[in-house]
Amino acid sequence: MYKTQLAGVAYDFRSLRNLMAKASPARSGDYLAGVAAANNLERVAAQWVLADVPLKQFLTEALVPYESDEVTRLIIDSHDRQAFAPVSHLTVGDFRNWLLSDQTNTETLAAIAAGLTPEMVAAVSKIMRVQDLILVAKKCHVVTRFRGTIGLADRLSTRLQPNHPTDHPAGIAASILDGLLYGCGDAVIGINPATDNLEATTRLLHLLNDVIERYQIPTQACVLAHVTTTMKAMEQGAPVDLVFQSIAGTQKANDSFGVNLAMLQEAQAMALNLNRGTVGDNCMYFETGQGSALSANAHEGLDQQTCEARAYAVARQFKPLLVNTVVGFIGPEYLYDGKQIIRAGLEDHFCGKLLGLPMGCDVCYTNHAEADQDDMDILLTQFAVAGGTFIMGVPGADDVMLNYQSTSFHDALYVRQVLGLRPAPEFEQWLQQHQIFNADNQLMRQGIPALFGGTGILPANGSK
Amino acid sequence: MSDPLQITPDPWQSLNQFTAARIALGRAGMSLPTQACLDFQLAHALARDAVNIPLDFTELAGRLAANGIDSLTLQSQAENQRLYLQRPDLGRLLSPSSQKCLKNHALSPADAVVVVADGLSSTAIAHHAGPFLNLLLPELQNNNYQIPPVCLVKHGRVAVGDAIAEAFTARLCIVLIGERPGLSSPDSMGIYFTYQAKSGLSTDADRNCISNIHHNGLSYAQALKKLLFLIAEAEKLELSGVNLKDETTETELENLPPLRNFLLAHR
Repeated sequence: MYKTQLAGVAYDFRSLRNLMAKASPARSGDYLAGVAAANNLERVAAQWVLADVPLKQFLTEALVPYESDEVTRLIIDSHDRQAFAPVSHLTVGDFRNWLLSDQTNTETLAAIAAGLTPEMVAAVSKIMRVQDLILVAKKCHVVTRFRGTIGLADRLSTRLQPNHPTDHPAGIAASILDGLLYGCGDAVIGINPATDNLEATTRLLHLLNDVIERYQIPTQACVLAHVTTTMKAMEQGAPVDLVFQSIAGTQKANDSFGVNLAMLQEAQAMALNLNRGTVGDNCMYFETGQGSALSANAHEGLDQQTCEARAYAVARQFKPLLVNTVVGFIGPEYLYDGKQIIRAGLEDHFCGKLLGLPMGCDVCYTNHAEADQDDMDILLTQFAVAGGTFIMGVPGADDVMLNYQSTSFHDALYVRQVLGLRPAPEFEQWLQQHQIFNADNQLMRQGIPALFGGTGILPANGSK
Repeated sequence: MSDPLQITPDPWQSLNQFTAARIALGRAGMSLPTQACLDFQLAHALARDAVNIPLDFTELAGRLAANGIDSLTLQSQAENQRLYLQRPDLGRLLSPSSQKCLKNHALSPADAVVVVADGLSSTAIAHHAGPFLNLLLPELQNNNYQIPPVCLVKHGRVAVGDAIAEAFTARLCIVLIGERPGLSSPDSMGIYFTYQAKSGLSTDADRNCISNIHHNGLSYAQALKKLLFLIAEAEKLELSGVNLKDETTETELENLPPLRNFLLAHR
């Protein structure tokens, strides 16, 4: 098994795990892990062999042992054989053709989602080009709800990310107002706290809750603290809309994050119990990113893209409102340049959507990656064409707390304009009601809307 | 670049007093006005150059020598910048020739080693390493520490200091390194302090980090105060890392304005 002869060279890939790694399009993290193909011929040989692997094989050959990894157990134990039936006879190569075929539509894809495992979708993504990843993902519709409805057709939502290096309330408020007046924040208003402790988290939770209540904004708040911090905040009665956690695709990597499935389950139950959603109860927000397992030295010999897809099995279990692949944050030792970041972002979106997740993408890069704003424009545009669920909105694309570049409020307006994409309906109505957007969802104001008290809200200079 | 017919300004520029975030940029149509667009490109150019323009080690060594500071120039196993960025493991190891060079110099044991690595920002080291060493080395000498020449490491990561400390059998390892540049701080230097560093064994949990040293961040004096505190505590407790807490106070934090904001002010 897993053998071939190509261009006069014989290959034996021995295991499915090794085959997957060798078939993965080139990226620095897989070289760093020592699992990548040695050259182009080996990679394409692996892709040929992988194309002939039956999808069923993924149900019997675990890439990380069932006995030692709770993510594997979750994947196998929650697999829905009935949903899998329509594609159970296919090989990976046939599955690609099936996904691309005219007969496969939104309904078919939704029906098989529970029958697909992360490894199956990771495998097929490895033999797909960028346009294939876009075309198939575009067919998937995943709708989630809390105070707004996320993921409807021809909509693109944004997370308003008003970070500040010292969590200064007025500094955060300044970025929130800037974002709202640019039409951002329908996915979530989400702060990465500079200090992950209970007191700081609680203070920020109240700030966000008070702003959302006072201005009656149909959105949800999140402070992206560790899940255990958020659980403590909930115990003390803090207003928690969405529970956040970074997750990964192996038990060992999740251990290094200080989380496990039982803990996430408990957190979800606590948040559900608060019953703060008005149109739905999707109350979890997860972030992921290729390379995170390797950076914790917990990749278990997997390539980073397969590891990433396995994290989506963890996410899926908890019916999240939002899942965000923070694709370019991790650095060039995992994704070296714009080309690698762009493909990874589209792979993650494709895999997440096929598994039934509301996939957003932090279209982003660090200053030591070989990437720039042009690369981000390409990924942003392709992600939106693929039907991406949400992106980040950071003032001027420059996150002054996390020191990386993401997408800006202006970027969101650009992509909504060229592709005719609208915000979530509840938020859209709020924007239009307060004359931030006109009926065509274009910015209309010349000043600060009456809702905010006009320019009267602005403090005098030096009044902090 | 500020033709009022084409740019819609944002009348909340006074909020810039609360944050360094790029708010109230205005717009041309729905897009960034030219000035904001080029401001960003300028900041990115400085950050990229900090990563990619090599540190002039000869110039740095010359400058240190002029201040009476001896140095050795070493190299990691990452032979070039591309490899350095993709293989952090190689940046943590000394090249064979550098290992040999160390052996020739490490004839008598030392108390502390001071290592300077380019890291991810050559400008950080070019700007801050010299002035900081001028303050640090006399303090270490006041402690009667035996200190070998300052080791300058090309394409080095933090852990490259561990092997150097071992070679000199030094208890204290102090690494000055260029931090990953942000748009607003292309020349930020960090200091990593490790007690009883062990090559291949010491991890981040064994180190204390003093970050964000640049002209708009932590001052040399503040950084030095923290480092000397950590050294004194480490000598007492015989450890460094997560169990060694930096208890020096930060004046900026003490002067925090009241915890309220204009969006929630009573009207």
